[in-house]
Amino acid sequence: MTLVEKILAKATNQASVKSGDVLEPKVDLAMSHENAAIVINQFLEVYKDTGLKANVWDPSKITLIFDHRVPAEGSKTATNQEKIRKFAAEQGIHKFHDIRGDNGGICHQILPENGYVRPGYVVVGTDSHTTSHGALGAFSFGIGGTEMAAVWTLGHALNIEVPGTIKVIVEGKFPTHVYPKDLILHLIGQLTAEGANFKVIEFHGPTIKAMSTSGRLVLCNMSVEAGATSGMVPADEETARYLREEAGVNDRIEMIGPDPDAKYDQVITIDVSKLVPLTACPHTVDNVKPVSEVEGIKLNQIVVGSCTNGRLDDLEIVANVLKGKKVAKNIRLIIFPASGRIYREALKKGYIEIFMESGAVVMNPGCGSCLGVHQGALADGDIALATTNRNFKGRMGNPKGEVYLCSPETAAVSAITGKITDPRKGG
Amino acid sequence: MSINTKVVFKVGDDISTDIIYPGRFMATVLPTETPQYAFADTEEFNKKLNAKLIPPDSVIIGGKNFGCGSSREQAASTLKGYDLIVVAKHFARIFLQNSINLGLNTVICPNIDANEGDELEITPTEVIDKTSGKTFAIEPLPKARQAIVDAGGLIPYTKKRLLEKHQNK
Repeated sequence: MTLVEKILAKATNQASVKSGDVLEPKVDLAMSHENAAIVINQFLEVYKDTGLKANVWDPSKITLIFDHRVPAEGSKTATNQEKIRKFAAEQGIHKFHDIRGDNGGICHQILPENGYVRPGYVVVGTDSHTTSHGALGAFSFGIGGTEMAAVWTLGHALNIEVPGTIKVIVEGKFPTHVYPKDLILHLIGQLTAEGANFKVIEFHGPTIKAMSTSGRLVLCNMSVEAGATSGMVPADEETARYLREEAGVNDRIEMIGPDPDAKYDQVITIDVSKLVPLTACPHTVDNVKPVSEVEGIKLNQIVVGSCTNGRLDDLEIVANVLKGKKVAKNIRLIIFPASGRIYREALKKGYIEIFMESGAVVMNPGCGSCLGVHQGALADGDIALATTNRNFKGRMGNPKGEVYLCSPETAAVSAITGKITDPRKGG
Repeated sequence: MSINTKVVFKVGDDISTDIIYPGRFMATVLPTETPQYAFADTEEFNKKLNAKLIPPDSVIIGGKNFGCGSSREQAASTLKGYDLIVVAKHFARIFLQNSINLGLNTVICPNIDANEGDELEITPTEVIDKTSGKTFAIEPLPKARQAIVDAGGLIPYTKKRLLEKHQNK
């Protein structure tokens, strides 16, 4: 069995399952952000006229995190957030992360750093980038608000078809200036935006074994941009190290991996030593080109952060580039640490000072400009370069703007020159 | 049962949920309020919808990977609000599930080739373009979703399952 088949067999108490089976796996963790406002409405709708009291199936397995519009950009969001806050208190949901500097942040960072996700878990989230948590060996996928209301009611995901799996074997050593972000952009370019639709991508190979959990999160996070239901890395020593040392997990960690004779729909091998810095050009994530081919395009805004690339190692790369340098005139460099914890660590390490002295603006943790609600909308005709995950038309708040996606180093080097710059040439 | 209808809007491949329902309107969640922002950045079509010039059962023709991107359910509820039918070569997973859950009529038609203004007849197995005279086969919905369609959407389905669970206690 593949990793997803193994997890779904366990979650349904069966000896084995195969791709195409329709199952109702129990859910180990159910995550929502501000769109819990929809989930609450639909959940109450399910209970309406049943004569039953509307209680969630297990408050300890639900997590609610404010990140999409924090602090609220307007009264409608503020009112939604207040409704969710009250619901969390009424239902006894303790894995609730409000707008706070101590334990707040982007949902896809809060889940791993608090040890909420474990290998072998079935995780659902009302966010497409819930694919991220496959980095810890879980089967983690995005669902809609009504589907989440069903999970809150019954405790299992309804009518799930076991997905087929694409195995990606990654070999070779990353050249300097090439990162996991370039690897996932390469893979998305190869598979296309629909190449993994309804499938899981399972990452293997020596390069993955040697990769930090932070890098694995980048790969699994953006697997959805190839349409994947989930990206997954089988749990290993690094997974255990991350959970023990960085997420403070003390209890038993169950290691679960695919069988050696697992059947895959497709096997792709990538040698990263041959990769160059890449960028996804407007307006689709699979429109991937070497940075060198689009060098010199004049920029208006650069965004560093998001659930893809807002972790401490990303900020370190950016700080190393920006130290003692200035952001080019007429460029807005906006930086979003992915969580309060990361922000505080970046403060201690002096990164925040480097950023601000260079001319960058450091924002509170959250999704920020990535989804185009607030904190950095584009002007008509603006061109942005971002370490985020989507460049769809209108994504950064304006259909008359353009977004290119890249690694943190490419973003930082380009912030100094004011135009798209290959990081191999320096700033 | 077949539906006689007309193509009112045609789009290309990889139409994201940011195109269908831009992120800046995500604080609006009620299905009664989301329809006003359907294709908000495609102003001409949005205006026609808001002016109620598009009758129910009108068809949007999509390409490959319709509804890719965000899991936002508003992308389905905004189109459901006008009772539109989306006929596409195929759909992104989460959008398709949201549509089925909310009862938005999604038709998977891998070879569809129809233009704005074409008169269509949609049967359970094929789309007949009466203007061009061509016929296109429909692919069934994923089997895991048919039970939800049969129950009239995910809310009634979940309600039924909840009551069964309590009766068995």
